[in-house]
Amino acid sequence: MELKVVDSSGVREKIRNHPCFSKDAHHHYARMHVAVAPACNIQCHYCNRKYDCANESRPGVVSELLTPEQAVKKTLAVAAEIPQLSVLGIAGPGDPLANPERTFATFAALTEKAPDIRLCVSTNGLMLPPHVDELCQHNIDHVTITINCVDPTIGAQIYPWIFWEHRRIRGVKAAAILIEQQLKGLEMLAERGVLVKINSVLIPGVNDQHLAEVSRIVKDKGAFLHNIMPLIAEPEHGTFFGLMGQRSPSAEELKAVQQACANDMEIMSHCRQCRADAIGMLGQDRHDEFTLERIETLDIDHAAAMERRARVRAEIEAARAAKSQQPALVSLASLTSPKPAAEALPSVHAGQGKSAFAGASFRVAVASSDGQQIDQAFTEVEALRIYQVDNDTLRLIETRPVAVPALLPESGQDLPPVMDSGEGSAAATRVVAAMALVKDCDAVLCTRIGFGAWQQLEQASIRPLSVEAGTATKAALRQAHADWRAETEANIDATPRALSA
Amino acid sequence: MSYRITTDCVNCWACEPLCPQQAVLAAKPHFTIDPARCTGCEGEFAEPQCASICPIEGAILDPTGVPVNPPGSLTGIPPSAWQQTRASIQAR
Ligand code: SF4
Ligand code: SF4
Ligand code: SF4
Repeated sequence: MELKVVDSSGVREKIRNHPCFSKDAHHHYARMHVAVAPACNIQCHYCNRKYDCANESRPGVVSELLTPEQAVKKTLAVAAEIPQLSVLGIAGPGDPLANPERTFATFAALTEKAPDIRLCVSTNGLMLPPHVDELCQHNIDHVTITINCVDPTIGAQIYPWIFWEHRRIRGVKAAAILIEQQLKGLEMLAERGVLVKINSVLIPGVNDQHLAEVSRIVKDKGAFLHNIMPLIAEPEHGTFFGLMGQRSPSAEELKAVQQACANDMEIMSHCRQCRADAIGMLGQDRHDEFTLERIETLDIDHAAAMERRARVRAEIEAARAAKSQQPALVSLASLTSPKPAAEALPSVHAGQGKSAFAGASFRVAVASSDGQQIDQAFTEVEALRIYQVDNDTLRLIETRPVAVPALLPESGQDLPPVMDSGEGSAAATRVVAAMALVKDCDAVLCTRIGFGAWQQLEQASIRPLSVEAGTATKAALRQAHADWRAETEANIDATPRALSA
Repeated sequence: MSYRITTDCVNCWACEPLCPQQAVLAAKPHFTIDPARCTGCEGEFAEPQCASICPIEGAILDPTGVPVNPPGSLTGIPPSAWQQTRASIQAR
C-alpha cells in the first residue's frame, strides 16, 4: 500500500518554520522575544520577581522592558536585519495575559505591519480563558501554558497564592482555580485549532511522581507537545525554593520523567529556556545588537524587508526540500526486504533474543529530526529515536545520538549537514556508527538508505524501510508494525503446513 | 489617608495597572503611591488592589503604617516555622 499521510490538523505546517517547536527548523529560522509584559498575577515558589518569568525563561535574567511601541519598532528592525526571523514571542518578563493591554497592543500592530511573522505567547494560564478569542484574532498559532500539576494539593506546594477577581486567594483553593483556568484555556485553544505546548517544571519531591498524569491529561485535552523543564533553584536567585534548599532534579531524574511523559506524546528536548528578550537562532542571542538607541537611528524600508524575508524563506524551504527529497512516493511493501523463508524465521530472531510471534513488540529506529515526521536519510541522522510498537501502543523508548567523532563539533548542536547518500568516507563512518545503534531493533525507518547500509541491515535481520520524506512518524510506525505482524502471522501459519508437507 | 510603598518594593509592576485611581507611579528607585490620588480603593473594591497583588511582604503599608502583607503572610509560612519548613524541603 502507498503510505502518504496527510496531516489533517495542519500541525506540521504550523510548526515547520518555528524554531522552538521543530527541531529541524531551529537550524534555519530565528525567533525573538519582546519583554513588554512586566506584571504577574500569581506567585510561583521558583520565581523571584526581580527577574524574568521562570516559567518560560532562564531565571536570573533581567530583560529590557519595552513599551508596545518600542517592541513593534524593535521587531520590525530585527526582521529587516535578520530575514530568517519567523516568530515573535511574548513571554514576559511577567505574564503576558496579566498585561493584556500591552500584549495585545503589540500583537495588533505586528499583525498589521508584519503579517508574515507569526506570534506566540507563553502564559501561566490564569487569565487565558477570557483572552482566547482575542488571541485568535491575531497571527497566533502557538500558545505555551505552564502547567506543573493537575492536583490542587500539589499545586499548593508550588503556588502560595493567586490574584483572582480583585482578591488574593491562597493555598489549595488558589491552586484549584489556577488549574481549572489552565485546563479550560487549553481546551478552548485546542478547539480553535491553536497549537498548545505545555511546559512543566520538574520539582523533585513535589511533582516528579505526578507529571506523567499531567502529561496524560493535557494530551487528552489537546496539547500537542509537553516540555519538561528542570527546576533551577539556586539560593542566589532568592526564590522561595532557592532559599529553602529545594534541590533541582539530576539529569537522570529529568530524563526518567521525560520518558514517563513520552507516552504517545512528543517531548521537546531542545528547549533552551531563552531570556524574555532573546533574538536570533535558538541557542544564540543577539539581543545586544539591537539596543533601543540603535533602533532609533535605523531607517527601514518595511516593504523591501518583507520581500526579502519571503525570498529567504523560499530559499530555506527549497534547500530543505532538496535535502529530504528522493524516493518521491514509495510503498512500504515494495521496500520491505523479501519475505524470509518459513524455516528461516525462528533463527532470524532467536539469536537476538527477540520474539517473532504475532503481537510481540516491534522495535524500530526512526530517523526524524523533530519526532513528528520522518525526514532524514540513514546516513544523515544526528540521533535515532527508538520506538517500541505493541498491538495498540506506540512508545518512544529513547533517543540515541549518532556519535561520529570526526564530524561532531564540540556542542553537537550545529552538525554540518551530510548530504552524501552512501558513498564517501564521512557517510561510511556514519553508517558504522548508526549500525551499532540499531542492533536490537527490528527495523529502521528513514527517508533513504544507501545500498551498502541496506545490505548490512538485511544481513543483521533488521528491516530497512524508507518512506517519503515528511511522512508522519506515528502513521509510518503503525503501518510498519501492521505489515510486520501480517507477515509474521502468515509465516507462522505457513510453518506447520511446510512441516506436514 | 493613603497606602504607601516602602523600599522593599522590587519594581515588579504588578500593582501599577490595577489601581483604579492611577495613583501608583512607576518611579525610581522604587514605585510610589500618589497620596493625593489614593483612596484606599474605598467604594470600589473590598481590598486595596495594590496590596492584594504585591508579591513582596512588607512592601505596602496601610494608612496607619502597618504592612498589609506582614512576614509569612505571602509564603504562608510564619517566620517561626521557617527552620522546620527548610528542613522538610531540603529532605526532598
Ligand atoms: S508566572 Fe512567571 S512571573 Fe509569575 S510568579 Fe510564576 S514564574 Fe514568576
Ligand atoms: S489602595 Fe487602591 S487606590 Fe490606593 S494606590 Fe492601592 S490600588 Fe490605588
Ligand atoms: S506590586 Fe509591590 S513590589 Fe511590585 S511594584 Fe508594586 S509595590 Fe513594588
